[in-house]
Amino acid sequence: MSASSISTENMSTSAVTAKESEEALRYYSATQWQLIWWRFRHHKAALFAGTVLVVMGLCGLFASFLSPYSAVNRDKNYLLGPPQMIQFWDQKGFSLRPFTHGVTTKRNPTTLRREAKVDPDVRRYIEFFAHGDSYRFLGLFKTDIHLFGVEEGYLHLFGTDDLGRDLFSRTLFGTGTSMSIGIIGVVIAFILALFIGGVAGYAGGWIDYTIQRFTEIIRVIPVIPLYMGLAAAFPKEWTTMQVYFAMTLILGLVGWPTLARRIRGQILSLRDEDYVVAARVAGAGAPRIIGRHLLPAFTSYIIVDLVISFPYMVLSETALSFIGLGLRPPAVSWGVLLQAAQSIRTIQHAPWLFIPAIFVVVAVLAFTVLGDGVRDAADPYSVSEG
Amino acid sequence: MAKFMLQRFIGMMVTMLFVSILVFIIMELPPGDYADRYVFRKYAGSGMQITESDLRNIRHELGLDKPAYVRYSKWIYGIVTRFDFGPSFAFETSANVVIGQRIWLTMAILFSTLILTYTISIPIGIYAAVRRHSIVDYSLTVFSYLGLALPNFLLALIMLYISVNVFGASVGGLFSPEFEEASWSFAKFVDLLKHLIVPAVVLAWSATALQLQTIRATMLDELNKLSVTAARARGVSEWKLLLKYPARLALNPVAGSIGFDINRIFSELPIIALVLGLPELGELLIRSFIDLDMFVAGAILLMLTFLVVVLNFVSDILLAILDPRIKLQGG
Repeated sequence: MSASSISTENMSTSAVTAKESEEALRYYSATQWQLIWWRFRHHKAALFAGTVLVVMGLCGLFASFLSPYSAVNRDKNYLLGPPQMIQFWDQKGFSLRPFTHGVTTKRNPTTLRREAKVDPDVRRYIEFFAHGDSYRFLGLFKTDIHLFGVEEGYLHLFGTDDLGRDLFSRTLFGTGTSMSIGIIGVVIAFILALFIGGVAGYAGGWIDYTIQRFTEIIRVIPVIPLYMGLAAAFPKEWTTMQVYFAMTLILGLVGWPTLARRIRGQILSLRDEDYVVAARVAGAGAPRIIGRHLLPAFTSYIIVDLVISFPYMVLSETALSFIGLGLRPPAVSWGVLLQAAQSIRTIQHAPWLFIPAIFVVVAVLAFTVLGDGVRDAADPYSVSEG
Repeated sequence: MAKFMLQRFIGMMVTMLFVSILVFIIMELPPGDYADRYVFRKYAGSGMQITESDLRNIRHELGLDKPAYVRYSKWIYGIVTRFDFGPSFAFETSANVVIGQRIWLTMAILFSTLILTYTISIPIGIYAAVRRHSIVDYSLTVFSYLGLALPNFLLALIMLYISVNVFGASVGGLFSPEFEEASWSFAKFVDLLKHLIVPAVVLAWSATALQLQTIRATMLDELNKLSVTAARARGVSEWKLLLKYPARLALNPVAGSIGFDINRIFSELPIIALVLGLPELGELLIRSFIDLDMFVAGAILLMLTFLVVVLNFVSDILLAILDPRIKLQGG
């Protein structure tokens, strides 16, 4: 009502305000989601963080295409080798086609270690859409085309690990695993929280009391040790897939209480609103009232909570795999990759093994910033501070 | 007050009961039981044949053939009456012995972390709120983001790298090699403190980040209250006013969150201990979970959680004393 009265008032004045009124009309007739988006758009940092996350997600999704090698392809001549640069010029001059220098491996006569040496005389040109290890593209069809590769030998943008596996490829695969575990974990936690928090908030009384106490008891146990205890229960003979799903399950199982508390609180504060009582009087059942009438009122807050809880999931997965209780090789995740970077000797001898850690930090930071942005935008009817 | 304390105390006991049941469930989760692992470890190397009846005998000896609730009662009874946490097959001694050596170092790390957290976060949090939009205030935001985003093991490795290469400390552990076996002396104590710095800083980082935000936010709320304006109008000096009204109230949430802080520290401790090679409970917890030495794991999990529960109780009481506005009934 107020919307129409304001806009008609504006329309009746001069041409300058006509534009304003158009904007006002647009504002007042916008849906909640449009308002949220408009406000979110102004939060440049959050927008950037969101973009970073989308790019990361796509990298993970198309890892097998973007990476030059499979996660288990071993370059036996380049064990624990440093990253190789892509170059456009060297002492022989400029080349429009990017290339990298070849590598020769010799045994060091004193240490008896095989050491890789960059050979500046050999140029290996980068090929696009090169043929390499075969894989199933998104599980749909078989192909062996990778975004890039070199004609001969190997190209290791991030170096190799102690078995000579390409760290760049493995980091991309790890990105896919870690982010998908985080997403599935958040979804499981959300479903549990929706059910448990919904029941607690809607039923109230002793059911609410019991659930609340139970939640408190779970929250009292330190989280990582609790995860460790649950992860220790995975039988050793489980396949990678089984461990993967079990991991998402325990992340969800331990992660729900925070979300449940928010959902319970919101439902508790809304369940005696007139429109809810009306729905109840009209004969709607509990699931319909929760799903159709209560939930939409605070969806935006739930999204904020989901975004915020995501980095905890990712960090927990990384931590668990890092200490050897989460995913285990041959699975590849950020935590599994960082297992190789556990000691200070690694920093001194093979610092490139820490590259996956940069991905973890960027992902967590991006989610935190995104969470801030979404939180500010989530309540579009509040007056912003500017 | 007495009624309130009694209520909280009963609440604490109930929580402990449920926590112990949860911990017992976790101990029972892995496939196979203590006898399987014990026998496997004992005879795996010697090439002896183990028959089903051998297994049955061991099970019977250890009471593993009884139903779960009997085993739980036996376990908890041993802990409550004799402080006996059960056997450790990996170390071939009782869990008490294995844990006993490490518990003091764990406490040393825990309390140095807490002290570091509060001595940094309280003054700086108050300062940042009073001088809003100052350099301190902004660097605080950056610091908090970093503290929450850096995986703590990475932070530990970075700090270790700095301390080894810049300060020339020995790598990891809690003592330098020359003090490892020495008896307690002042020099050894100083050596311990030197080694506590890295784990304490790493653990305190995220805790400090959170505390700073809380203190700053509470301070900002309190600074805008009428009581502050009224005091200012009366001509109370800025310093006195600050300490008397907002700063005092901003400390309440700190007192209320001791248990929460310890929970966080215990959560991060195992991984940091692993990276830094600290011989304390968290690292032992990881090892016993990997070896499935479940009595030791259960004992540690139970101890850590009980400490959190007890300190939650203490901070509830502390808060009720500090802040008379807290309702003393129920809740």
